[in-house]
Amino acid sequence: MNKIHVKTNINGDQVEFLADPRETLLDCLRDHVGLTGSKEGCGTGDCGACSCIFDGDLVSSCLVLGVEAEGKSIETIEGMAGREELHPLQKKFIEMAALQCGFCTPGILVAAKALLEKNNNPTETEVRYWLAGNLCRCTGYDKIIKAVMETAKEIRETA
Amino acid sequence: MQYHTPSSFSEAVNISNSADGLVKYLAGGTDVLVQLKIGTKSPDHLIDIKKIPGVKEIALREDGGWTIGAAVSGVQLTNHSKLSREWPGLVEGMELVGSAQIQSRATLVGNLCNGSPAADSVPGMITAGATVSVVSSSGTAEIRVEDIPVGPGLTNLGTGEIITAVNLPKRNKHEGDAYLRFIPRTEMDIAVVGCAVNLSLENGVIRSAKVVLGAVGPKVEVATPAAECLLGEKLDEDILSIFSDKCSELAKPISDKRGSEEFRKEVIGVIAKRAAKKAYDRALGNK
Repeated sequence: MNKIHVKTNINGDQVEFLADPRETLLDCLRDHVGLTGSKEGCGTGDCGACSCIFDGDLVSSCLVLGVEAEGKSIETIEGMAGREELHPLQKKFIEMAALQCGFCTPGILVAAKALLEKNNNPTETEVRYWLAGNLCRCTGYDKIIKAVMETAKEIRETA
Repeated sequence: MQYHTPSSFSEAVNISNSADGLVKYLAGGTDVLVQLKIGTKSPDHLIDIKKIPGVKEIALREDGGWTIGAAVSGVQLTNHSKLSREWPGLVEGMELVGSAQIQSRATLVGNLCNGSPAADSVPGMITAGATVSVVSSSGTAEIRVEDIPVGPGLTNLGTGEIITAVNLPKRNKHEGDAYLRFIPRTEMDIAVVGCAVNLSLENGVIRSAKVVLGAVGPKVEVATPAAECLLGEKLDEDILSIFSDKCSELAKPISDKRGSEEFRKEVIGVIAKRAAKKAYDRALGNK
């Protein structure tokens, strides 16, 4: 099997890796680039634990091939916090205990950030529908939704 | 598996025709990568069409209709305000496919080529009178969307035949479409039944109608006898009731984990009635 040389940009850094064309972007992030923040829950696009931003779009990285990343720009959970400070969503999730085991949390943070960047005043219904592709088996979702709503409010107030 | 990124459809056709083993095409990949993962379809050659110019474009043609490239995502359709205004039923069908993550990648053409009788975007394409442009070594053909699916997971497309775009006709005044489905929850599920309706009116009277039923047969079914009950009518409760019964009668569902045959036959009538009302209101110009 011939591997393909992929050059891409991840969280602002130029990155290169060799990918078997059958490997997903998630496999490549975790196994070749060493970014293990994106998780594999289902591997079939149902759970959202591998959510990343792929050329500006929120995707499940298990449904993107690693070789498709050539020349693209990717944002993962590792790029979310600033050098010194956590992202407001990350801070709020800790403050409001919007996680338990934490396995779904990277995906939910990436997805919630994508929502707030396009709409910083979502209704609860909009947040719930937007996060319908992110499964959490611990929290019952309530604290997650509240933390996202609260962060949106904070972002609006400081804007 | 060999991965190809042709820069034209003719190159893609050539790769396909000269390849040994199973060839699959990649656009959004939301079905292809799942099949790859679970091992149901393991292609020897994967042809990624996204490097081909125009595949991510939604273009208004000179005749007033739309051409939607094969790799245009659900999000692109939703964000296109003019297209969504003209064909809300078609767009709302596509929007029901999967999560926000899936919407960034999933395509109308992929939903069609996957061949599922429960595909949410396909009934709306058919009621819209959409065609697909199919390229092969013998040239380009325009085929009606309803002629593509032949059974669960099966299409009429042969080796080296690739859909390049979906073509929608010009939208006229006093026309409206709608798609509704039934699922046991509110999001992230596969249709138990689905129905698309497209109507055109003249002084409030239905002059033409197209109705398509989803998930109640081996493929999406054009329900011509149900559409005919609506012609020359203003869609009052009596007509709706006849229409609803006709849709239930035409449905030939199976019983499976998502719903029994009896349940599906009953619910398709209810959903069809609601979809017809919604399409009618839209055709009248009421939102």
